[in-house]
This record gives sequence, structure tokens and C-alpha cells, in this order.
Amino acid sequence: MRTTRRQFIKVSALGAGSLAVAASTLKWSAASSLFAGADASQAFTRSPTYCEVCFWQCAGWVYKDNDGRIQKIVGNDEDLHCNGRFCPRGTGGVGMYHDTDRLKTPLIRTVVDGEETFRVAGWDEALDYIAARMKEIASRYGPECVALFTHGSGGAHFGHMLKAFGSQSITAPSFAQCRGPREVAFLTTFGDIVYSPERTDIRDTKCLVLIGSHLGENMHNGQVQEMSDAIDKGATIITVDPRFSTVAGKSKFWLPIKPSTDMALLLAWIHVLIENGWYDKEYVERYTYGFEELKAHVKPFTPEWAYGITTIDPHVIRQTAKEMFNASPAVIIHPGRHVTWYGDDTQRLRAVAILNALLGSWGRRGGFYNPEKAEVPEYPVPPFPQPKRMPTEAYEGKYTLANEVVSNGLCEATIPTTDKSCNFKIWFVNGTNLMAALPDQETTLKAIDALELMVVIDTMPTEITGYADVILPECTFLERYDMLRKSPHREPNIALRMPATEPKYNSKPADWMARELGIRLGLEAWFPWNNIEEMLDWQLKQIGSSLEEMKRIGVKKFPRTADDLYFAPGEDISFNTNTGKIELYSTDMENEGFNPLPVYTPHEEPPEGFYRLIYGRAPMHTFSRTANNPNLTDLMDENTLWVNPKVAKMWGLKSGQYVKLSNQDNKVSTFSIRVRVTERIRWDSVYMVHGFGHNNTKLSRAHGRGVNDTELITRVKIDPVMGGTGMRGNFVTFVFDTDGKEAAV
Amino acid sequence: MRYAMAVDTKKCVGCSDCVVACQTENNVPIGYCRDWIVEVTDGTYPQLELEIRSERCNHCDNSPCVRCCPTGASHYSKGGTVLVTPDECIGCGACIASCPYDARFPHPDGHVDKCTFCLHNRVEKGLKPACVSVCPTKCMYFGDLDDPNSEVSVVLKKRKWKTLIPEAGTRPQHYFLI
Repeated sequence: MRTTRRQFIKVSALGAGSLAVAASTLKWSAASSLFAGADASQAFTRSPTYCEVCFWQCAGWVYKDNDGRIQKIVGNDEDLHCNGRFCPRGTGGVGMYHDTDRLKTPLIRTVVDGEETFRVAGWDEALDYIAARMKEIASRYGPECVALFTHGSGGAHFGHMLKAFGSQSITAPSFAQCRGPREVAFLTTFGDIVYSPERTDIRDTKCLVLIGSHLGENMHNGQVQEMSDAIDKGATIITVDPRFSTVAGKSKFWLPIKPSTDMALLLAWIHVLIENGWYDKEYVERYTYGFEELKAHVKPFTPEWAYGITTIDPHVIRQTAKEMFNASPAVIIHPGRHVTWYGDDTQRLRAVAILNALLGSWGRRGGFYNPEKAEVPEYPVPPFPQPKRMPTEAYEGKYTLANEVVSNGLCEATIPTTDKSCNFKIWFVNGTNLMAALPDQETTLKAIDALELMVVIDTMPTEITGYADVILPECTFLERYDMLRKSPHREPNIALRMPATEPKYNSKPADWMARELGIRLGLEAWFPWNNIEEMLDWQLKQIGSSLEEMKRIGVKKFPRTADDLYFAPGEDISFNTNTGKIELYSTDMENEGFNPLPVYTPHEEPPEGFYRLIYGRAPMHTFSRTANNPNLTDLMDENTLWVNPKVAKMWGLKSGQYVKLSNQDNKVSTFSIRVRVTERIRWDSVYMVHGFGHNNTKLSRAHGRGVNDTELITRVKIDPVMGGTGMRGNFVTFVFDTDGKEAAV
Repeated sequence: MRYAMAVDTKKCVGCSDCVVACQTENNVPIGYCRDWIVEVTDGTYPQLELEIRSERCNHCDNSPCVRCCPTGASHYSKGGTVLVTPDECIGCGACIASCPYDARFPHPDGHVDKCTFCLHNRVEKGLKPACVSVCPTKCMYFGDLDDPNSEVSVVLKKRKWKTLIPEAGTRPQHYFLI
């Protein structure tokens, strides 16, 4: 164990007794205003919300019994994200509220008898402390020294506070640790991003191609629903995955590709389409730029060439290419979601975008539709101060095509170096367990060590809360308002989240915390509303609705402003790229010094006795945040290690036994993982679900269950285009038990 | 009237939403479940097949659990649904041992518990069972087999199906589309 100034502290080190006292004596002061405007005598049985268990944000209804106890959450029939059906995580979202391991009261880091620990604080004390420290540190380094790492609904509130304070360094791991490469690839090709929910028109597609994307295991509700509709309508599914995933089991073609060679397959597919004239000639002629360059570029990439790299039969490569062409334009080569794999990810997703362009699926029914977002005016506030330093200066000259802030870029810039003066001194971390979200934990810990203040705002104790200076307990989505959900979809729509009940324990909603901090920082001008209800009602009235109406209906849809869900036949379209065309040959890439056409680069292979570490999702869990949810833990309480029977035989592994894992850098997993011997994984790889192996003992159900893949991801392949952290280049081997379950290290 | 359920194994992704929806709808204590997911993998890499099933009580026409119940707590109800009256159940467990599908469990309150097809709390109110109405893939069908136009009748006419352990002679009313 390394020694640092900042010791990891188990939350509530001063004892549960003091916590219980604090929780029962400190009533939530804003509780009365929470329900202001609603008839207090009205005993409603359901109230609207949108889910916060994952980013899909399905809108639903929270049902309460006569005693006011939350019983169940079900989907809102009007909602385009869920069509009235919540996924297991949403249905089990009620467990977030009931979880007795929740963060219960503000905590401040302190030293007692030379030991670092947390002490219980009141809200005034905690917020005063943070505001005073922020002012003092900013007086030395400027307000730009504050950064916010966020995931989910709290980000809007804390982001607003940060911008008013004078920093725009707001970042979400969902970009550089997840979907960033696909957004940049589609932006440089089509001049627009894929969005969330994805603009994939799966319900009407005739051919869905999934590359390492395990729909059904990643339970992105609307997409999974539409995939099921497509199966009903006889669509062909083609799955490319070294693992026989759930959806591989539902596919007409499963291509058990050698890991890390996807680019070769994509180039071969492009080659086959062009060589055989299996592409939409009119579409390519009318809308695209650089076809001749592409044609010349892919000439050598025959299926026979790809066979030697991918191990996929050339005949199957041709057959699947034909299948895509036959379905076109109702074909989707899916851009995926978690796509930070090998460091050339933007280029791989460029190849995906090019395939879609050749088949004419962008802007076509059954391909990619044009989503529209409801326009909702923001409550008027003064312009934010212009920071002296923008977040991109943290990684100046690098990741030039990133269209969002790069989280790992800010993290690295926090570590003081002689050649960089833009160090961050304060982190706000909200709704993201950075120890599990960012790979290369050593760098994250170095950065945290260099901070003068870290404030963590969350509902649960996690690994990152242990390193905080101040912990603020956030109430769950069932106990609060948030900003209106207005994600783009086939129809513009909004959804309301309102509290179904008062915050449990001494937790508070993010909007209240951000505003209270803002006021303490002298930023009243940017928080002119008395409470969030007033702000939401003002916004809703600008678009012909009201808070009262939204409380009744939960979701409201608006007509599209134009009939442009798909391109009209022969329509002239100007794309938001340098050439105004769909760029098969990317001028953005060329201008920034990257390959304008995707190329195949071989990636490192596992050394003998090691296996590539592949990780993924389970449908009943989201990242590491649900691992302690009582309802969801009941469905899955640990991850398992998928091992091919040939490998198992070689190592004498049996299903059910526990092993530890060691990676190529001799990093050994903290806990053990249960082996699952299965034919469903290639012999050169092992697989586990991400989000387990928590080492915070305050997580009574999650602690020590399974292995945390992130701690084994010590080698990161950075995507030079947009800063993405490629995480699939790590190799592990087995460390054996000596005394039953726990392995000796 | 003959209530039955069909699960489309071609669409089910095994997400367990049916399990958690049943738990919250029917107050099934955490740690117990009335429905569950079974995954069966066949073959050798890369020639593989996968079947995923959402399973529960088969509400058999010829139920060994009803036959062996010493108190009459296990009984046939509306539409052939097999139910347990908790107040009459002595928790002897004979039904648990007799069920070839392992569909019953001892509830911590002392009686035996199992799937009810949500008969009283949903179906009699015109709603679908909780598992059917929550399923994101819409892979579950429920209705009256005596009504040729019910969605379960229609889908069983249209598709190939199987039941589990038909050789047990229980005449299960839970079908799996294959």
C-alpha cells in the first residue's frame, strides 16, 4: 500500500451513533418549500420522474402506498425513451432510495490522534467550509483552478455554479472513457453526432450490425426494445464479437473475431462494397466527398487480407457485406457506445461511418434518423464571467478534434509539472466514482494527492468518497427535482422529475447544494430564483406548459418544427462539414495531421499465459453505481470471469472456484473472482462485467464481491484524435487460491 | 377460460426485469423470487446456440402440487391458475418437493409462495401480469387459451413452441416460443 498525504478513509469513521443523531435532529429545512404549490391534503398515488440509474433517463411514475412508502416505479406510456416499460435497473431503482448504506450526512476530513478520519458536519458548516476554501484557493490560483467531474443530472446544477464562479472546466467520463470516439468520428464524417439516445432507427431496420456492442446486456432501454421489434419483423442481425454475447445468440451471423482486429474487417467490408458496386451510387454521388480516394485506399484490403488478421472466413465477409447491401438503406452499422478500446478508436468509428455513408443509411428510414430536441429557454441570468483559461489549455495542442472536455486531460493536468501552469487545485466530483471510471488509478491518485480541496457529492459511499475532503450526501432522484429532460428524439419532448418523497436522512438535492454554495460565494445574481420549482415553472410557461401540468402528465411531446426525420428523395442537403458533404475523406482529420482515411494498425497481443481482459455490462447493473442496490444485488451480486474450457483445462480451473488476477504490470486484483467456464468466450481472452470489486467496507452488499476491472487497466492507449482512453490493451493471468476462497498474493 | 403464458426465447435477453418487477409488484422479499431466468448454451466455440427463458410456475392443468397438498391451500383458481392460500398453508413443503419445475419456495412468513399470474392484483383488474407488462423486449404473452383471438392463442398458432418437462405429465400452461 502506498502512503499518501490523503489516506483513503472509510466513510463515517466516527461511528454510526453520531450519524444517527445527526440524521434525526437535522431536519431538511427546505422540505416545506419542496411541495409548495401542490395541495398538501392531496393524497396522490403516483408522481412523475425520469430515471437516474443510467443515462438513458426513462420517464416513469413513482407509486406510493397509503403510508407514503414508495412501492414501485413503472414507465410512462407516453415516453419515447421507454414506451411505458422500465428496464430492470429502473424497476429496481427503488433500491437506491431504500439502501441503508447511503451517505447520510455531510462529512469533513479531519485528523484525530494523528489518524485521518471524517467528522459529521451540519450543512451550514460544510457549505461554509467549502465556500471559504474555494475563495481562499481561488485567490491564489484564480477561479479556473476548479474542475467538475460529473455524470448525470447533478452536473447541470454544479456546472452552473462553476461557470458563475469563473471556471468552465466541466467534464464527464462519458466522453473520453466511453462514447467520445464515435461522436468525433460521426462529426467529422456527417457533420453531426450520434446523440443519446442514439439516432439509430432500429425499429424499422432490415439489418443491424453490432461490433463489440452487446445490446441486451447493455440495457439501453429504447434501443433494446426496438431491436426486439426488429427481430419480430425479421431483421437480420450481424454481431461481431470475440464473445458469444446474448445478441450473438440472436444473430443470423456471428463473426467471432480475433480481438483488436475490427478495423481490418471494416476495411474489408468497405472494399467488398466498392469492388462489387454494392453501394448507393446516387447517394454517394450526391452527398459524399472523397469517394475516389476511398476507393483507391481500400483496394488492397481484400477479405483474404482481412482473414489472416481477423480469422473471419472471407466468404462470410462477402456474404455479410451483401446482406447489408440488400437491406440498404434500411441498414445500421451501429456506432456502439463504449468504444474506447485500442487508441485508434475514432478511426475505427470513421470506418463505421463510411460504411453507413456508402450504404446510404444516414438520413434514411431504418438507418439513422434526424433527431429533434425541444427548445426550452433557460431562466435568464447574467452572462458568465469569461475564464482566463479554458479547459482545453490543460492539454494544449493535443486531442484537437475533441468536441467535449477530456476528463483524463484535466486529471493529468492536475499533477504539477514544471512545464504546465494550469494545475487544478479543487475538484468537485458528482455522481461518478472516478476510481472505477478512469483507468490508470495511479495517475488519478497522484492528481488527487495534488489537490487542495476535493468535494465529492454522491448518494453512496464509493471508492472516490474515501479520498474526499468534504462529502456532501445527495438525495436520490426519487427525492428531488432536476432540470427538465429534453434529449433529442423522433419527436421533441420534455420530461419532469419531481420528488416522490422527502429526502431520506440528512441528504439534499443537488440544485439546493449548488445554489447554497453559489450564495455563499457571492454569486446570487446567477441564482435569482427562490427554488427550483420557480425556475422550472418559468421555463415551462415559456413553452406553453406549466409545472402543474407536467406534474400531472410527466412527459410532453411537441410537433417537429420541420418534416425532416429522414431525407426526402433527391433532396439537396448541406452537411456541417468543411466541404458541406459527407466526408468519406475527412478534411478535418487531414487538417489536424491525422489520417484522412482509416488505416489498420496491429495491436499488441497477449504474452504467453496471459489473456486479453475484456469487460462489458450486465443488464441489471449500471457501471459501479448499482453494485450495492439491494434489489439489483439480489439479481446479480458479483461478477464472474468467463474462461474458455480449453484455457480452463490448461490451468485446471473449474466453474465456481475463485481466483485472483494479475496483469502484465504485476498489478494483482484486490479481491477474487468466481470462474465461469464457458464456450461463449474465445481462448485468447477472458471476460468480466465492469463495476464490481468495491473495496469500501461501508458498501455492505458490494464490498469484496468480484473483481474491479479498472484496477487491472494500467496500460491505456490514448486516442490522439480526441483523448479517449483505450482500455482493451491489458492482459491478465490467474493467481491461484492457496486457502480456499482467498488467493495468496 | 384457461390462462396461459408464452415467452419468446428468440427475443428474451435475460435482463431479469420480470424478476424485479414481480418482486416490487407482489412484495416478494429480497432474496426470493417467483420468476427467474435460465440460460442454456449448446455447442463448442464458435458453433454455439443460446436459449434464454424467463421461467415461473407452469400453472399446470394436472398439478402435482395441488394433488399432494394436505390442507387444500394449493388449489386451482380462475382460468386454471394454481394458487396458494397462505392462511391454509402449514408450510409442510410437500408441494415444493412435488413440483418438477422447482417453482415454489418457502416464504419467510411461514407459507409456501409462487407465481400467481398476478391474478387478483392485476389480471382481474384488466391488467397484464407485472412481468409481461414490464418486459422491455415484449417477449412475453399472456391471455386466455379458450379465446382464439387472445394474443397468447394467436402467437402459439403462429410459432413453434415447446413446454418444459412435458414427460412429467403435468400439462404445463407455460409455453416457450422457439
